[in-house]
Amino acid sequence: MTEREAVGTTDRSAGAVDRLFRHERGRAVAALIRATGDFDLAEESVQEAFEAALRRWPREGVPVSPGAWIVTTARNRAIDRLRRDRVGRAKVEASERLRELQTMTDDPAEIPDERLRLIFTCCHPALPIDARVALTLRTVGGLTTREIARAFLSSEPAIQQRIVRAKRKIREAAIPYRVPPPELMRNRRDGVLAVLYLIFNEGYGATQGTYIRRDLCDEAIWLTRVLNGLLPVDPEVRGLLALMLLQHSRRDARTDDAGRLVLLQDQDRARWDHDAIDEALAMLDETLELRAPGPYQLQAAIAALHARAPRPEHTDWPQIAALYGALARMEPGPVVELNRAVAVAMADGPGPGLTLVEPLADRLDGYHLFHSARADLLMRLERREEALEAYRRAAELATAPAEREFLARRIAEASASGP
Amino acid sequence: MRYMLLIYGDERAYAALSEEELAAGMQQWTDYTKWLGEQGWMKAGDALQPTSDATTVRVQGGERVVTDGPFAETKEQLGGYYEIDVANLDDAIEAAARCPGSVHGTIELRPIMEFDLPQG
Repeated sequence: MTEREAVGTTDRSAGAVDRLFRHERGRAVAALIRATGDFDLAEESVQEAFEAALRRWPREGVPVSPGAWIVTTARNRAIDRLRRDRVGRAKVEASERLRELQTMTDDPAEIPDERLRLIFTCCHPALPIDARVALTLRTVGGLTTREIARAFLSSEPAIQQRIVRAKRKIREAAIPYRVPPPELMRNRRDGVLAVLYLIFNEGYGATQGTYIRRDLCDEAIWLTRVLNGLLPVDPEVRGLLALMLLQHSRRDARTDDAGRLVLLQDQDRARWDHDAIDEALAMLDETLELRAPGPYQLQAAIAALHARAPRPEHTDWPQIAALYGALARMEPGPVVELNRAVAVAMADGPGPGLTLVEPLADRLDGYHLFHSARADLLMRLERREEALEAYRRAAELATAPAEREFLARRIAEASASGP
Repeated sequence: MRYMLLIYGDERAYAALSEEELAAGMQQWTDYTKWLGEQGWMKAGDALQPTSDATTVRVQGGERVVTDGPFAETKEQLGGYYEIDVANLDDAIEAAARCPGSVHGTIELRPIMEFDLPQG
């Protein structure tokens, strides 16, 4: 249970703070950074505003516009802080910020949503990738450093330090707090999407510990929804959102009760989240009509073909192979080729699939899924000894316990099927 | 906001260029310097003689230790710099990406530290 959930279970107004915290913290922090130009001041002031809400709302009731109450209270805390403890050059800058803050309205309809600036700043390419991830989860997502540390199996001080250094660089290197201008937009948008997909993927198949981290997947989906809501219609943002929804829709079927992996073809499709699938398919259809294809839309289209198949044997493998071919032309790479080879094997048989897999050996020798895919094809071709060897190599390379366990089962099955 | 654009490159590759290549290269640097000026970004800039002309100095226990050559042997050497004054890091990245030195070598962008000096 997260700390946020723990707060919400006892008291109705505490619950209101809790829900609000989740949705409004990032928004309030973004507005305060815009006004103060100072990440720490903004976060501390918003934190104090939420603490004040926890004390006062149970007695006085929840205000009509809780979000505006938080921003206004945080603004007043920031003004107090700036008056109190700034000296020298900082004091001059502080009084400029004070003026900015004092012009901030009390009318919630007029407090602009500044989270786009925040997202682009947190995902700036001049920050190390792990800092982009931690900073986005902390400031936009409102996760605590403890939650981030738990999600990435890191320590709280390590995450804390990563965030402190990133904020320092934003300040000292003058990373601008803004939505990038049109000439930088495409590149920076791709950078943001990469950070969001990285967060999702760590939740989808964690490299260590519990295999599926639903909270991280939910967080990535929520962040992508926020981005999608704030940017003008962007086919790739929607493509990523549809892709995440489709992949995450299988969460209850991807592992069995003992936490063991269940392959796509063996999953109980009734356990897929069909509401999420319907939402994703509708979004994807609408997006593909915009005729601006991109890698995320293609991957979502592939996931959609799986989602649309009522039974595994209904899967349109030739179409999946064709889509991987299109993806490989757009973003060439051995992993895409491997996926295409697997789809070709499903469409045309293991022989043609293996012909496409073998030339990838040099580039993918260190990748466990290359060896397990190759082993599957060798098994289907009844080349059992070679298959066993490939499964063993895959098991050596895999790090996630659920994958190691899965490969161990495969090795046992392959050994037992022998003469 | 001031930044140093530190330009690193392989000076042996530079030394191997023909007369024509050198002239063409020089024109690129001249154009670039002019462009920086037109943006209103140019503060200063110089090219450095190769590291074979470098001298390294340390004072150890009050003794001057003077040695021939650069501070560190690396694949790419510091060959020049620009000091620019721009609005933010995105502009500095733009300036670095347009610098001819970013094609064959590497540009390191470093913000210049500003000190709070006492008034008077």
